Amino acid sequence: MISAAASMSALGLGLGLLLGAAARRFHVDTPPIVDEIEKLLPGTNCGACGFPGCRGAAEAVAAGNAPVSLCTPGGRDVALQLAEIAGPECGGGAMVATMAELEPTIAFIFEDHCTGCTKCFKRCPTDAIVGAAKQIHTVVPDACIGCDACIEVCPTEAIVRRVKPRTLSNWYWEKPQPGFGATETGVPA
Amino acid sequence: MSMFSLATLFRPSQFLTIRGGIHPEYRKQLTSEAEVIRMPVPPLLRVPLQQHSGAIAEPLVKRDDLVLKGQLIGRARGAMSANIHAPTSGRVLAVGHFTAPHPSGLPVPTITLRADGEDRWGEHLPRLRPEDADPDEIAAQIERAGIVGLGGAAFPAAVKLNQRKKYTLDTLLLNGAECEPYLTCDDRLMREKAEEIVDGAGIMARALGVARIIVAIESNKPEAIAALRQFSHGLGTPLSVAVVPTQYPMGSAKHLVLAVTGKETPARARTAELGVLVYNVATAHAVHLAVRYGEPLISRIVTVSGGALAQPANVEVLIGTPVTDVIDFCGGLIGEVDRILLGGPMMGQPVQNLRVPVVKGTCGILALAPWETRKSDPMPCIRCGSCVQACPCGLTPFEMNARIQSDDLEGAVKIGLMDCIACGSCAYACPSSIPLVQGFDFAKGKLAERQSRKHQQAETKRLAEARKAREEAIAEAKRQAMARHKAQAAAKKAAAAAQAAEAGAEAPPPVPGIATDVGKEARQ
Amino acid sequence: MTVPVLLSAPHTHTVFTVSRTMLMVMAALAPATGLGLYEFGWPAVFLFLVTVAAACLFEALCLRIAGRPVAPFLRDGSAALTGWLVAMTLPPYAPWWVGVLGAGIAIVIAKHLFGGLGQNLFNPAMVARAMLLIALPVQMTTWVAPAGLIDGPGFVPSLAITFLGAPEYDAISSASTLSHVKSQLNAGAGMAQILGGVPDLRARLLGAVPGSMGETGTLLLLLGGLALLVTRIITLVIPISVLGTITLLSGAFWLMAPERFPPPLLHLTSGATILCAFFIATDYVTSPVSAAGKALYGAGIGALIFVIRSWGSFPEGVAFAVLLMNACTPLIETYVRPRVFGRTRTGKPLPLKGRK
Repeated sequence: MISAAASMSALGLGLGLLLGAAARRFHVDTPPIVDEIEKLLPGTNCGACGFPGCRGAAEAVAAGNAPVSLCTPGGRDVALQLAEIAGPECGGGAMVATMAELEPTIAFIFEDHCTGCTKCFKRCPTDAIVGAAKQIHTVVPDACIGCDACIEVCPTEAIVRRVKPRTLSNWYWEKPQPGFGATETGVPA
Repeated sequence: MSMFSLATLFRPSQFLTIRGGIHPEYRKQLTSEAEVIRMPVPPLLRVPLQQHSGAIAEPLVKRDDLVLKGQLIGRARGAMSANIHAPTSGRVLAVGHFTAPHPSGLPVPTITLRADGEDRWGEHLPRLRPEDADPDEIAAQIERAGIVGLGGAAFPAAVKLNQRKKYTLDTLLLNGAECEPYLTCDDRLMREKAEEIVDGAGIMARALGVARIIVAIESNKPEAIAALRQFSHGLGTPLSVAVVPTQYPMGSAKHLVLAVTGKETPARARTAELGVLVYNVATAHAVHLAVRYGEPLISRIVTVSGGALAQPANVEVLIGTPVTDVIDFCGGLIGEVDRILLGGPMMGQPVQNLRVPVVKGTCGILALAPWETRKSDPMPCIRCGSCVQACPCGLTPFEMNARIQSDDLEGAVKIGLMDCIACGSCAYACPSSIPLVQGFDFAKGKLAERQSRKHQQAETKRLAEARKAREEAIAEAKRQAMARHKAQAAAKKAAAAAQAAEAGAEAPPPVPGIATDVGKEARQ
Repeated sequence: MTVPVLLSAPHTHTVFTVSRTMLMVMAALAPATGLGLYEFGWPAVFLFLVTVAAACLFEALCLRIAGRPVAPFLRDGSAALTGWLVAMTLPPYAPWWVGVLGAGIAIVIAKHLFGGLGQNLFNPAMVARAMLLIALPVQMTTWVAPAGLIDGPGFVPSLAITFLGAPEYDAISSASTLSHVKSQLNAGAGMAQILGGVPDLRARLLGAVPGSMGETGTLLLLLGGLALLVTRIITLVIPISVLGTITLLSGAFWLMAPERFPPPLLHLTSGATILCAFFIATDYVTSPVSAAGKALYGAGIGALIFVIRSWGSFPEGVAFAVLLMNACTPLIETYVRPRVFGRTRTGKPLPLKGRK
């Protein structure tokens, strides 16, 4: 019985040491994934995440300094894709869950308050604002990515964030809730 | 569960037709013997500028314009669109937005018309003699008349005719199946206007250059079959009637082609690739009116029925008539109403606001009572396989639903979500009343949204890069201008220095210690 | 008039709901159960009632623990049906706690621990029977000859048999058909000799044989199964594949060695074969959904029943055969799928034959 215990312990110890040595000897450095991360990001360099452009954000995520939910214009889809690449060491897993299905928001300029100062026009990373000096500006909905840069800079607070309006062409039924005695399912959006 | 409903379950004919499908209670006897009644012109009409698949038509009238019946008030925009015509004479009250006849209740550009009660025709379209006209002229006439598929999908008929240029077609298949319960509009049309339908079919056959016309009718419409069997030719093209078994969804174009010709359309392909083009019988009738009489598409037959409706009927309604006027014409609602639908009960759309208008694709207005809809709360899936048995496309709805519920939309696509025709047979058959079709619509919509978002991201990226490039170009131009300036200034300096040097060579050497003006200039 | 909230298409529904389906199955089982209760007398009645009641109680308990609404699930009758099937597989004179234990295993372990309605991997009634068979071999193999409601033990003695475990039935215990055949074969007797001692066909069909209630009323079970077929609750595929496979295999072996193997008719009319083919193997949750998958599943069950009966150590192989094939159902469902419209079996679009 002593011999059995002794031989099993020796075996365990020996194999464990072998495994540890192998882990060290054959360690593979993970290749830099900054480029892959950057490809996933929208690439508009809007700065909403607080990092210098999308390249800066990619480096931060790769280094683990930023959560994967940092890109608001990219939304949940980008966060999920980043989580897949960046692996379990990345932060912000819990935040991705709460990001839920936020409706994409775009900026909207109240014409009554617009003075035509062109500050927003100069800041927009995708040129989604049209207008000239001293003329009322307006936002082109399809080009706006919801980075909120214009909202911060408007001196008369004429710009607000609005949910992108649904049209007949992009409307669809809501996801049905599972039953078990629940009452209404599928109330449309 | 009465004995009668049990007995109707055993159906040997099912083995010989399309796979799956269901046999709902049809209840067509509510309106099948009622002749089509023409409804009087309503006081107010709302004509949406989008009643077809494709681009919205552009309005040609503005507020306070007077229009005549049949006048063109909306022009087709682009290749995939359709014309809109005024259904009656009157004054345009507004060109704006109104609730669409759609469950979302979202607005659609609409022309509101106040009828003057005289129903005066304007200029008709030029009439054609199809025996002499060539296919392109017939197609142009159909396009001018704003004809779209009247079976419900509202696909522009003229655009579909263009398939003749891409594929060799040999058969025009007229869809007289009308597989949805309650609906009898096509049935009555076939019984009352068989000759006009055959003529219209002949005109389309001539436009397509096909060798034969087949009219497919379900076996539960014996009078319609008899009415059409009296014709053996449509304008010279041989015509025959094919009786297909009564089953839902026999009216689906690809399944009808399979039942009639035995050929199965490959996935993602059109029936035209098999040489067959499918049109609804009402569309053929509209073609007859457009080509022979120059009348654009401004009215259609609608079946108004349901257990909560006082007097079910088949009504010829002007396009743009509010649904509430049609219901009132049929005696109004009685008893408890569970749902008001536009279309049939299997694929129809519910509406809440009854002031929405009847459009070109509205086949039916149904007011269903709770005992007809049999709504019940969904229970968990018991994996009974009824949905698999019912699916005419050979899919596994319960599995797709499970994947969609766990947000694995790509997984659902892998097992065939995109091949689903949304006929509703699976949800009909599900003992647990799970809203399967809603889940599939959600998944398809969500995937389309992701696709469009990706596309939009690519586009905004391009915009951002363009902006960056533009700014860099400006900066570069500035730098160059600056450099040029500097160069100019330096050159000026050098020239001035050279000049001063020359002047300084002639002047007397400066006395050390005394700064003369010349020396100062030279040094500057 | 207020139009209620919008709901998605389709806006009509078949009459069949889960509770109607369960009710129909119970109605199809009722004649055979009634015959069994009549033949085995009061103890069987009490055992049956205790088992079904226990099943419903366990279901309510599990639903309450899981936080799900109790009433809609109890109303659909799936728990009652499971208890009913468990009762059909028990020896009629078993004590009450065997019934309760069986119901508990079926509902709690085999159904709710897997996730509740529609989520179980194994057939609950068969799990209960297999577990009881292995854990309580004596109680589960003590068969009695049917004495009838009138001639058998009276009301009060039956209460004693079921609830107090009174051993009065020792005097009339006898072997079921299959266990008799197996024990005789093991003892070395030839098949012709054994067949002489087995109840004749008429008795086997009409239920005058010792066994559990699910084994005796064979003809009535067959009629119940046909009723299910006509009302489209089940399809023909599984019954035909189960019975067909048993017939083929047993027939083949019987022709080759008639002394060692019983004839096909004995296989089909004794034991729980008919019950299995129409009621147990056709259970929705644990059988594959596609027709080809069902055929494969049924064939597997039939083959395993024959193999276990002929060469296994248990005389009756239905429970184990069903459980083994239940384990294969997910695999079958993944690989055997219906063909999608417009595509080949591998999923590619159908090829167009030489058109423009």
